[in-house]
Amino acid sequence: MRDRTLWTWHIVAGLVILVFLGLHMTIMHLNSTFPTFNNPAGGEAESWVNVAWRMKSLFFALTYVVMLGAALYHGLYGLRNILFELNPGTGLRRTINVALSALGLVLFAFGAWVAVAAPGVVSRMGG
Amino acid sequence: MADTNLKQVLFRIRRFEPGKDREPRWEEHKIDAAPGMTVLDGLWKVKELFAPTLAWRSSCRMGICGSCGMLVNGRPRLACNTQISELQSDVVAVGPLPNFDIIKDLVPDLSPMFETHRELLPYLLREDLQEQEDPTGEYWQTPHELERYLQFSYCIKCGCCMAACPTVATDPVYSGPMPLAAAHRYDSDTRDGGFAQRREVLADGRGPWRCHFAGECSQVCPKGVDPAKAIQLMKQDLVLDLLRLRARRPPSKVLGKPSGKRREDVPAAPPRTVK
Repeated sequence: MRDRTLWTWHIVAGLVILVFLGLHMTIMHLNSTFPTFNNPAGGEAESWVNVAWRMKSLFFALTYVVMLGAALYHGLYGLRNILFELNPGTGLRRTINVALSALGLVLFAFGAWVAVAAPGVVSRMGG
Repeated sequence: MADTNLKQVLFRIRRFEPGKDREPRWEEHKIDAAPGMTVLDGLWKVKELFAPTLAWRSSCRMGICGSCGMLVNGRPRLACNTQISELQSDVVAVGPLPNFDIIKDLVPDLSPMFETHRELLPYLLREDLQEQEDPTGEYWQTPHELERYLQFSYCIKCGCCMAACPTVATDPVYSGPMPLAAAHRYDSDTRDGGFAQRREVLADGRGPWRCHFAGECSQVCPKGVDPAKAIQLMKQDLVLDLLRLRARRPPSKVLGKPSGKRREDVPAAPPRTVK
């Protein structure tokens, strides 16, 4: 039962990445086509004013966290599959599962903290 | 007078007898191949003329029994279903199917494949055991429902798909294309009610989750079955079931025996056009 659930989440995470990566591409690389779309200051999407605005936005904080979670799960599940194809023993499989889960949680906690702390940092920097 | 249609072909055959040989070796024999001659015919000729102890499995000689699956010029094929001329080579390299242990020479040990096949319950599972023992009619099924699984029922269990699968080559837990396609064949049969029982095995590591969709199984199948498609459809079924989105249906009912009466809505045959 476990493999089916893990694989289903893998596909769901892939869909989340597809949607959010599309959003990212639109905001960062189609700013000429959609100049004011989440770039309130207009011009370059990487300009400080635009970046600061997005960093302070609750919507963007949420999308960063969801995207981070989806990308980490999708990537680490893929890595797990690759490692499992090297035919490890039962003990090593368990170790791989624990190690990848721990790595994913640590990276997620760090990334989520960055997204949550960003508005305060931006305010202190005058954004 | 010499037969000008004959063409000399070099058979390179991989020989190995576990317990006797330390490692496999290649044996080479030249034979005269006539047009229409199959690789299996060539092997018989080699056995008669040069290598009486050469071992392989074969039976029907017409691509039905699935016994003579072997690696011919680097591709899993049925020896009886492969003409030497279609290989377009003067060299015919024959080895046992990869991804299986070797019993002797060209005879692979297919028993792990069949054990997995059996574990996935490849038969109709229904509660009306009495009906199955002593049928009172036929199980209802429309032609459209039949088409959902028909191509998967053409599988002859030759093992060519298992030999071509890159996941089977590296992952001993993965069930492989043949057993999975067979399980899907019954899961998609409207007469069957065994989805929940098969799910116990398929939803775990032995299910379709490790398939990379390389598609080699479908490429090499000598019967034109598409196991890769069956595996993707199986994933779809199992995920929809997890999300509670799979339509649950009871197995089809028994259709009574024909009454013998002609139906009134059947149109009459058209008049004869040939006297």
